[in-house]
Amino acid sequence: MSQISQNEASPSTYITTDELQQAIDAALTLERPLLIKGEPGTGKTELAREVARRLGAPLHAWHIKSTTRAQQGLYEYDAVSRLRDSQLGDQRVADISHYIIRGVLWDAFVSDTRCVVLIDEIDKADIEFPNDLLLELDRMAFDVYETRETISAKLRPLVIITSNNEKELPDAFLRRCFFHYISFPDRATMQRIVESHYPAIKQDLLSSALEVFFDLRDVPGLKKKPSTSEMLDWLKLLIADDLPAEALKADNVRTVLPRMHGALLKNEQDIHLFERLVFLHKQQEKKAR
Amino acid sequence: MLLDFHDRLRIAGLRVSLNEWLTLMCGLSKHIGTLDIDQFYSFARLCLVKNEALYDRFDQVFSDYWSGRAQQFDELIAALDKNVPEHWLKQLDYTALNEEQRQQVEALGGWEKLMQTLAKRLEEQNEAHQGGSKWIGTGGTSAFGQGGFNPEGVRIGSGPKRQGRAVKVWEQRRYKDLDGHQEIGARNFKMALRKLRKLARDGRADTLDLPTTIRKTANNAGLLDIHMRAERRNAIKVLLLIDIGGSMDYHAQLSEILFTAARSEFKRLDTYWFHNFVYERVWQDNARRHTVQTPTTELIRTFGRDHRLIIVGDATMSPYEISVAGGSVEHWNEEAGAVWLKRLQQAFPHCVWLNPESADWWHTTPSIRMTRQLMNDRMFPLTVDGLQAAIGCLKTPMTLPVPVQ
Repeated sequence: MSQISQNEASPSTYITTDELQQAIDAALTLERPLLIKGEPGTGKTELAREVARRLGAPLHAWHIKSTTRAQQGLYEYDAVSRLRDSQLGDQRVADISHYIIRGVLWDAFVSDTRCVVLIDEIDKADIEFPNDLLLELDRMAFDVYETRETISAKLRPLVIITSNNEKELPDAFLRRCFFHYISFPDRATMQRIVESHYPAIKQDLLSSALEVFFDLRDVPGLKKKPSTSEMLDWLKLLIADDLPAEALKADNVRTVLPRMHGALLKNEQDIHLFERLVFLHKQQEKKAR
Repeated sequence: MLLDFHDRLRIAGLRVSLNEWLTLMCGLSKHIGTLDIDQFYSFARLCLVKNEALYDRFDQVFSDYWSGRAQQFDELIAALDKNVPEHWLKQLDYTALNEEQRQQVEALGGWEKLMQTLAKRLEEQNEAHQGGSKWIGTGGTSAFGQGGFNPEGVRIGSGPKRQGRAVKVWEQRRYKDLDGHQEIGARNFKMALRKLRKLARDGRADTLDLPTTIRKTANNAGLLDIHMRAERRNAIKVLLLIDIGGSMDYHAQLSEILFTAARSEFKRLDTYWFHNFVYERVWQDNARRHTVQTPTTELIRTFGRDHRLIIVGDATMSPYEISVAGGSVEHWNEEAGAVWLKRLQQAFPHCVWLNPESADWWHTTPSIRMTRQLMNDRMFPLTVDGLQAAIGCLKTPMTLPVPVQ
């Protein structure tokens, strides 16, 4: 039933929820772009790589910056090279198609196999950017004005778009997409994720690390809550140092912060806030005694 | 039957378009999300809801609609495959059972007997089962199991692919925290302020003007003729007056966010502070506010009419501080605050007042009502929505009813 689980021979470290799996299946069957949102570090970009891997399809990634224009994903006409060649009397100058530089979508459209297109962090671009891509994503075709040809997709690629919610996306664009919000994994899912990445991890270390991690996420007022990718980085450090689980227990911590906290808390204010909270907590404990 | 669901979603404020609805139908006809109601839930959400802030609202409507009729879901899905007569679909709305089915349930000895039989069969059965008409499993016609055809059947648990938890996903309301009109951050404010952009090219010509260069070069018989032009910059000028101290202390954080957002968004931003209401003097440095002050008349002289004036204040004070000369709590003001506000409005017709106080309470405070009147209703709450409305309003100048000397 599930199309993306067909190719599951190679081991995977990416854990999907049923909802996400269904979202991808639906996007594949109905050939709609899939818009993925979620907290930073919950594996939005990783998803596209994983889908491409499981489908055995090539991945065309287009990473968006604030200066990216929609046209760059289709093609660019390199007028400056042509100008230079014309000055030098190069023979190539006669054919304009030498100066058309293909973009990510062009490559994806002319691909002979079905491929996966990742449009990463679409919200980074200008507000009008998604609107400029409406027609191209709908028809999966575009015109090249310089050479008067139309590039249309041989096989409609699976388009995965990620967004960090920095900008509202236009309604017309949203209506054409499927939308899935990756919610933060619960404890059990997190455990599965960690185990898939570090199969050899000691169970006691994992459970005390998970405890510290979810406690930390519950601290009110943190500017940047640690997320999955930070958890994985942190565990990598812990494993590399081969720390025993007891090192993470609150009683044994000599300093107030958990070991290697730099991987979890990435903001000076957050570290201060955390120190203050632990300090207050200890004072209350003293009073209680 | 589902059209009713569509209507309810729209009533709840989820703007489901016809296109999205048809996508959902198309998906259902291709057997996506038809396995059980959990799948239907997540597929419907995938198609119809495009913002995680609205997930909670969707959950509520979904839960409201399906509570008590979850069993009908199976019939609905079965109906997708067969061309069922119309009256059967209609009947679904009134009762889940027809006479014959009711008799079948009765044949098993009524509801209580049904439950007893269930317990017994659960004991008897110790392997997974699918199809058939007696054992508990999926896809059969037995009274027990899921995905089957017995309308009053008891739904049992779940395989690994399903989300069968005791509490339904949509009933947990996991996304409650995400629903918020008051989601405020410097970033959101920046996005709102960005709408005030007026891009213009002025200053040094330092970027290559490619189209002109190409055209001129072509005209020049292919010999390079390079043209430069100035970069496009935001040419809008903003004058920000912020109330500080007293009752504004409660809103300090909000003002700070707005200030941060405005400072990074506008190159031409001047900020002055005042207390409670604008009088003859404002200041730029809060630490030295009593020694270094700027006369308001100087503001009016210095900044041109093309400046956009944004006043931020809660306008919560004694009405005398606005309307009477000498009414200020801090000093003796020769002229009433209202006069000074009018002067500012005349000097900068593109002006708005942003009020961090919640708009629900405005009518309860006389001084807010007065200020709002003085501003010709150009007062907006300091929320993302309010700021957007204010920015829209800033595009048109304010018309003053009575000129002031």
